[in-house]
Amino acid sequence: MRGHSVDSPDVLVVGGGLVGTAVAYGLAREGAKVTVLDQGDGGFRASRGNFGLVWVQGKGYGLTPYARWSRSSSRLWPGLAAALLEETGIDVSLKQPGGFHLCFSDEEMAEREKRLSTLQTELGDEYPYQLLDARELRERIPTVGPEVIGASYTPMDGHVNPLKLLRALHEAMQQRGVTLVNGEEIGRIVPETNGFAVHGKKAVWRAPKVVLSAGLGNRALSAQVGLHAPVAPNRGQVLVSERVAPFLHYPTINVRQTDEGSVQFGDSMEEVGYNDFTTADVLSTIARRGVRAFPLLKNVRLVRTWAALRVYSPDGFPIYEQSLQYPGAFVVTCHSGVTLAAAHAMRIAPWIKGGPIPDELAAFRGGRFLAAEHATSHAH
Amino acid sequence: MTSKPLFKVLTPATDAQATIHIWFNDQPLSVPGGRSVAAALLAAGVQRFRATPVSGAPRAPYCMMGACFECLVEIDGMPSRQSCLVTVKDGMRIHSQEGARDLPPSSDMNPLENAHGR
Repeated sequence: MRGHSVDSPDVLVVGGGLVGTAVAYGLAREGAKVTVLDQGDGGFRASRGNFGLVWVQGKGYGLTPYARWSRSSSRLWPGLAAALLEETGIDVSLKQPGGFHLCFSDEEMAEREKRLSTLQTELGDEYPYQLLDARELRERIPTVGPEVIGASYTPMDGHVNPLKLLRALHEAMQQRGVTLVNGEEIGRIVPETNGFAVHGKKAVWRAPKVVLSAGLGNRALSAQVGLHAPVAPNRGQVLVSERVAPFLHYPTINVRQTDEGSVQFGDSMEEVGYNDFTTADVLSTIARRGVRAFPLLKNVRLVRTWAALRVYSPDGFPIYEQSLQYPGAFVVTCHSGVTLAAAHAMRIAPWIKGGPIPDELAAFRGGRFLAAEHATSHAH
Repeated sequence: MTSKPLFKVLTPATDAQATIHIWFNDQPLSVPGGRSVAAALLAAGVQRFRATPVSGAPRAPYCMMGACFECLVEIDGMPSRQSCLVTVKDGMRIHSQEGARDLPPSSDMNPLENAHGR
């Protein structure tokens, strides 16, 4: 029974995706002894299907702390990428040249202006952006098509290779002594006098603290330790092309060229439950928009398509909370595991270790949904 | 460029499989017809089909069934074609695929590839 051994960890992290491994890596940097309990290959694994943006632009409209939180993570990202390279030799290909949101209509441009000007008013100088007309945009990106009438640009955005990121986090955390358990399925979590008993198929794991970073699994797990994380799947579909010569040196919200030359197309959102299959209609819509943006891609071959399930809360924002009822139990869940990886490693982990809670987190308690659900039930 | 073939043709030649003449990297090659470009090139002793875009390493066909994308070559001006999925034809001009394919200039968007019914 490994879970009962004398060298049991300080923290159990449930989930070995981008969120769990970033937290575990950060905890190991803080000197904590950590075990990560990861699912088998049958898991939904948003971490293996995402788009790879480190994106700030437009996020947090309606909840300013999320804009601050994303901005903070993008600022910490160069430090994370450098540390991963130094510790593992894996270059996650972080590039932060700023990002473009291409627009095809005056309505889209107006929407960008409203969103970004509101955020800038709330965040001040920390939130630079530009709205570019067709001519200005073509000076920056000569390959955009004639149907693109303009774009918003912020220097805050970037992208990485998300698969290399996941691999680097796994490697780095284990080099720092984190134990990774693969193929484990967690059913019950039982609060005990000095911590938690986490019941898996393989063993009962015990530690004074437990972090729930199990993606869609957080919904059922958090209820057992006095937390509320009503996350649900939100499907995104992605297409990827053959590798082509470099033509696009900035990420855009729905088309980007990867460090190795392939072109990714994405940004669909569908609520279809736990269905992670692709559909021809959504894929063709994504492809058509991509070719309108960059007509030179018209004859480029697509080599793969896939779908993945975002871990989506009812308002789309993350949930970060320590249980009031069972202190030592934390939930860390979001749909932007790439963008927020640096904040998870460098700001969430020190908090879990015992440091002060980051200011922004007051806005991200799971209890906000209980209030909403309560209000809704009264409205009926 | 070519060497002693690692593969040999097993079935007796039929008319469809009669020898045809193609070009590989501007050199004339005699190859058996009635098969994929990849199979024909392998039978003729071609071992280096392309260089990878990331490291420039040499590559040759691996799966021969359209899954691995290791057999990419340029065929009659069309870059990055899966040679295991294209039937070889007399007179074809084939080039090894050197790294990532180029994109057409923005001003030159002719539908060449679709016209070939891919």
